[in-house]
Amino acid sequence: MTQLFRVPNGGLIDRETAVQFAFDGKSYQGYAGDTLASALLANGVRLVGRSFKYHRPRGILSAGAEEPNALCELRGGARREPNTRMTTAEIFDGLCANSQNRYPSLNFDLLAVISLAGPVFSAGFYYKTFMWPASFWEKLYEPMIRRAAGLGRAAPAPDPDTYEKATAFCDVLVIGAGAAGIAAALAAAHTGARVILCEEDFVAGGRLHADRRQINGYAASQWADTALADLCALPNVTLMVRTAVVAVYDGGTYAALQRVSDHLITPLPHQPRQRLWRIVAKHTVLAAGAIERPLVFGGNDKPGVMLAGSVRTYINRFAVRPGTRAVVFANNDDAARTVADLAESGITVVAFIDPRPAASEFLRASLATSRVPLITGVVDHASGFSKLSAVHVRTENGKLETLSCDLLAMSGGFMPNIHLTTHLGGKPVWQGDVAAFVPGTLPPTMLVAGAATGEGGLAAGIAQGARAGADAAHSAGFVPVQFPAAITVLCTDDDALGFAPLWHVDGRGKAFIDFQNDVTATDVKLAAVEGFRSVEHLKRYTTLGMATDQGKTANVNGLALMAEITERTIAQTGTTRFRPPYAPVAIGALAGHHRGAHFRATRLTPTHAWATGQGAVFTDAGQWKRAQYFPAAAETDWLDATIREVRSVRASVGICDVTTLGKIDIQGADAAEFLEHVYTNSWKNLAIGRARYGLMLREDGFVLDDGTTARLSDDRYIMTTTTANAARVFQHLEFCRQVLWSGYDVHLISATEAWAQIAVAGPRAREVLRKLIDPAYDISNEAFPYMAAGEVTLCGGVMGRLFRLSFSGELAYEIAVPARFGQALAEALMAAGDEFSITPYGLEALAVMRIEKGHAAGAELNGTTTAHDLGLAKLLSRKKDFVGRVMAERPALTDAARPGLVGFRPLDTTARVRGGAQFLPPTADATAANAQGHVTSAAFSPHLGQWIGLGLLTNGATRHGEVLRAYDPVRGNDTQVEIVPPVFYDVQGTRLHG
Amino acid sequence: MAKSPQSGTDRYSIFTVLREALRGHTGWRPAWREATPKPRYDVIIVGGGGHGLATAYYLARRHGITNVAVVEKGWLGSGNIGRNTTIIRSNYMLPGNEPFYEHSMKLWEGLEQDINYNAMVSQRGIINLCHSDAQRDAYARRGNAMRLHGVDSVLLDAAGVKLHLPMLDFTNARFPIVGGLMQPRAGTVRHDAVAWGYARAADRLGVDIIQNCEVTGIRREAGRVVGLETARGFIGANRVGLACAGHSSRVAEMADLRLPIESHALQAFVTEGIKPFIDTVVTFGAGHFYISQSDKGGLVFGGDIDGYNSYAQRGNLPTVEDVCEGGMALMPQIGRLRLLRSWGGIMDMSMDGSPIIDRTPVDGLFLNAGWCYGGFKATPASGDCFAHLIATGQPHKVATAFRLDRFASGRVIDEKGMGAQPNLH
Amino acid sequence: MRINCPCCGERSLEEFTYLGDARKTRPAGDAAADVWVDYVYLRENPGGRHSEFWYHGSGCQSWLVVERDMTTHAIFGVKFARDAAIAAVVHTS
Repeated sequence: MTQLFRVPNGGLIDRETAVQFAFDGKSYQGYAGDTLASALLANGVRLVGRSFKYHRPRGILSAGAEEPNALCELRGGARREPNTRMTTAEIFDGLCANSQNRYPSLNFDLLAVISLAGPVFSAGFYYKTFMWPASFWEKLYEPMIRRAAGLGRAAPAPDPDTYEKATAFCDVLVIGAGAAGIAAALAAAHTGARVILCEEDFVAGGRLHADRRQINGYAASQWADTALADLCALPNVTLMVRTAVVAVYDGGTYAALQRVSDHLITPLPHQPRQRLWRIVAKHTVLAAGAIERPLVFGGNDKPGVMLAGSVRTYINRFAVRPGTRAVVFANNDDAARTVADLAESGITVVAFIDPRPAASEFLRASLATSRVPLITGVVDHASGFSKLSAVHVRTENGKLETLSCDLLAMSGGFMPNIHLTTHLGGKPVWQGDVAAFVPGTLPPTMLVAGAATGEGGLAAGIAQGARAGADAAHSAGFVPVQFPAAITVLCTDDDALGFAPLWHVDGRGKAFIDFQNDVTATDVKLAAVEGFRSVEHLKRYTTLGMATDQGKTANVNGLALMAEITERTIAQTGTTRFRPPYAPVAIGALAGHHRGAHFRATRLTPTHAWATGQGAVFTDAGQWKRAQYFPAAAETDWLDATIREVRSVRASVGICDVTTLGKIDIQGADAAEFLEHVYTNSWKNLAIGRARYGLMLREDGFVLDDGTTARLSDDRYIMTTTTANAARVFQHLEFCRQVLWSGYDVHLISATEAWAQIAVAGPRAREVLRKLIDPAYDISNEAFPYMAAGEVTLCGGVMGRLFRLSFSGELAYEIAVPARFGQALAEALMAAGDEFSITPYGLEALAVMRIEKGHAAGAELNGTTTAHDLGLAKLLSRKKDFVGRVMAERPALTDAARPGLVGFRPLDTTARVRGGAQFLPPTADATAANAQGHVTSAAFSPHLGQWIGLGLLTNGATRHGEVLRAYDPVRGNDTQVEIVPPVFYDVQGTRLHG
Repeated sequence: MAKSPQSGTDRYSIFTVLREALRGHTGWRPAWREATPKPRYDVIIVGGGGHGLATAYYLARRHGITNVAVVEKGWLGSGNIGRNTTIIRSNYMLPGNEPFYEHSMKLWEGLEQDINYNAMVSQRGIINLCHSDAQRDAYARRGNAMRLHGVDSVLLDAAGVKLHLPMLDFTNARFPIVGGLMQPRAGTVRHDAVAWGYARAADRLGVDIIQNCEVTGIRREAGRVVGLETARGFIGANRVGLACAGHSSRVAEMADLRLPIESHALQAFVTEGIKPFIDTVVTFGAGHFYISQSDKGGLVFGGDIDGYNSYAQRGNLPTVEDVCEGGMALMPQIGRLRLLRSWGGIMDMSMDGSPIIDRTPVDGLFLNAGWCYGGFKATPASGDCFAHLIATGQPHKVATAFRLDRFASGRVIDEKGMGAQPNLH
Repeated sequence: MRINCPCCGERSLEEFTYLGDARKTRPAGDAAADVWVDYVYLRENPGGRHSEFWYHGSGCQSWLVVERDMTTHAIFGVKFARDAAIAAVVHTS
């Protein structure tokens, strides 16, 4: 026996395609075209969830994205999706869903005991208690609260599906493919505008499929199908179903989520689960419809209490009877349609309960047709244990009358779906005649049409949509044309609303306003008593509107009640702002492909493949992968490899890829003048064919970067920056060039990736290079001394650049070739150096050698050091204006007591000191007052046979020979070190001139 | 010192909650009075956010100055106190900062008992992840500096991180996790409750909290403050404290002051509520992302500021995507969890990333500003130190570095070393 | 947000990097210290229109001056900073 509650005919379901699914382990059958909610209702399942705080039994309230109750964990394992709304989840064969936030089971939830103590758990009770003793908060109270709170569970493993991002451009974006949206899209499309029509549902048409309406003599559903077919036939229209526009950003940018595969058991091969669209639209029509409001009375959360319009959706679209015996309770005439549809589908309608004193002609006629009695009065409360069994009606003469029923269709009026109109700061406006917030200031290029405007009526909605679509296209530059026939609507059946407010029935039992967060009318009253009267305070104090539905059904009822209690108008009370997204969006979709190894780009040097072949271990330097060391066969430790590499370089020769250093090609008649401004030291006197070390400051006087720049010709320089600052320095130089000294004839090209550059270091470096550099170039020490630079050819005509620079302190060169020759260069160098046992070396060896030579690097160039700190004050020219010159003279930057660069070595030659240790006087207490600086870099020096390092120490330059503590409590180290000058190797610098 | 606000019949406790539960919650008083402005006060604080309310509270509690008004443009707590990611910590590196934030941490630790309000101070720890040797050394430096200040810090290796955070991506990450710096005493606090708790406690000590009272002018005579023009008329006072971060520049302009501050939007995000998933606060070291879980179950996370000047309390899509990319890179299990709400707050981004608590060139006008995105954790100490400055005329001993003239002297407090470019701090 | 680069056309925010107040002019080298402090550290930070530097790093690498409202994010105009800088020099000399 399945689908006992399915109506035999009709609906947008495919009765040929039966679908098996499971809820809480039990198997059911539904049809393709069902949502999980409609399929469960078809099978008579009413209890589907438990509420957040009181664990009250809950059923399905709505048929859309506003659903507060019917949430489940959809799918399982790594694909588990907690808090999934059953009302929007499309079913598929093999779907598996479980209820959540209950223990041990949905039917028997022990935590429902909380409900019994309800009065204690009033709004904000936790702010008033759980304070004693203080330590119990983390140990007892909070873990208890946390376990009880939350809804579903996160997946237990990484998300196995993929997500995509895409960008689309259009002239007119139409949001919502109901009557107004379809009309807008048609009107816009007929002008020739490129139109995108987005519909969050998996079927376009909106309420046209949910209501039995007539348009020009056709059934509304049929009108929708025809109009949509017309639209899809147009080449300039893209209809995107299963696509919710969730957020509005500046400049006509919209975020939309397309559920590509959520209706499948797993995504098809090479398909993402979801796709995030960035839609850039010149103009937009919002036709998002309206959401029905619940009525607030005791027990209004019982499974079986549903929104009246949603009842119609289940009957008409899904061919499901949501109950067997119904009562309708409404403060408007729209619910009369529910009576008719209920009666038509064979459900007994016991009565129409109406708080309005005088019923309209429309209502009387409708009820008479269905032979349903009208009771003027209100539902005082609903009763039933785990689902609705009766409603207790207070009639106009004050009598309480019990009506047994298992379905209550309620309607408290409509709330225009104006979420997206507020994302750019637009404030909704209260419109009394329709008792709703309507769009206020709109985003600059947005129009609103249909029920989202607050004005009801099918014909009016279509007319509004058509007008808005045409206006939007016109604003986007298209010439107006006559509307197509389909949207020239002559007549529909009657629209009647006749709304009269009823915000709250003061009867028995808990009357819920925010169903999911269990916010009741009593909570709102308490908030008012305690002074939380601003809507924002109300929201935050009671959690009204903060659940996964963002209060779509709750907000207006809550603040209307607050207005009533505080004797203000709703307009005076105001409304909270809607926050993006309109409907919750998977984090995976927002991240797209940027996860795991693809989180950020990976930049490989031209010798990467070669280095891999050499067995290199790589490390990350920003986005670059750089060889850290090259372990030899027998070496198991990075330190062994590093020591060997350093020794090889110092004894013979080694090579290291330094491509990642930023390279900026600077050309122009004023290039030298330009360098004078960006570097602290002088440049005009640099000869062609020579390179120089340069220091760059920020305008605030602190060091920005350093590097060498070589002069290749009269008007051409090649600048090198550090790897870390390459992009920032280029941007800074462009600023200097375009803004600060815009009159100069100078141009910059970032050439970092165009050239492969390899350092060749060690006493045999020249001999190796001699074999590669073409004979026409004299690279003898005399012809090409230290800091020489120039263009060369090598290997028989390959263009190259040779720089005699040394970071290692040895005789050394850097040789650059076009990037495509990088690997060949590395191989050629290795072959040429074979007789000298040439050794590839990595970043670790590079670091050891630069520390032995006292060169500042990343840990010293940390953005807080000055030229003085680094011992580079002599590079601050007094003869010119350069970036940072004035601010570098500020008292605090020239204070002699500032930490300055020093070297150190542990007294115990076996001891290791690490970066981050703090310098303290040898006998002083380990307190901040005694701290005098810190270790910036440390390395094992093969030359000295012990760990050494660099640091920044107060009055550093004057303290050589002192013994201090290098205090490193987070690593459990405390070592006595001797402060020494920051050069440990070849102090005279003779080797690099060799 | 004024008497504790814990006395009186509406003292919060389990007993009063039970009593009220039995009588239908009819006995509660408003958490604060809806005060109408008096013609003059001893001190007016501009800004009814966390810092302003805390300042008023400590003025009354520690200095006995109770003739105090807090004027607020909108509703109390409508600024950044109500829109942050609720993290508290004192894991700073520089001597100008660390004692101040530790002072704040100590105040947090006794706050609830002091103000008789459960703000859910939850010391669940923070772990800052590092992804390279250099980053680990930098964290070691910070951790050691914290220890020298008597603050807890633990340097974890990758295995140590995994013990606390098994859900992180240790196998397929673009930037492998090599370790982290942990401060066990750090944690989270229910942000709104801080504003309400201070407001209630200040109110009980006699402070007037005046909402919907926008300041339109700062009236001065002979170079000193005499009061404020407001939407509700002139209110006199010889001492005025500005605590309106996000809008400090706009308010200071009323006294012809220009500040070393830019206003930037910072977005924050929360997911749908889920059962307990992550127990500590975590920051990702290879991208802009940090996360914790609220008591209600939502994952609260954020990233970098949007990067351009803004007074709109919202951001743009690229930052949303960037933040979520960081989240997925760090913990790919959250892919199917849904972002429920995002919002923006306006940050006073100062030129060195550190705050200002100081006098101004206008006599009697005091400034509390420049909190960047770190103001929430500072709330108690900021209030305490600002109250101390206003009451005594001298800076509090833990806030001596937060001077307005430090930019001229060069004594900047630049933890990140980014210089005078606020969007890089 | 989308910025209409005079070289590349309208492009999305993520292609650009923000620097700040574009009304500031770098003082002369011999200007007084407080003029320099003002230039480097003080900001107008207005509630409405703001003239600001943006760098089109993922495009033409032009520095731009964008006129933008800080409260609404509405953009009123975009021009090359180089042209603005030259115009300023012409204007003041």
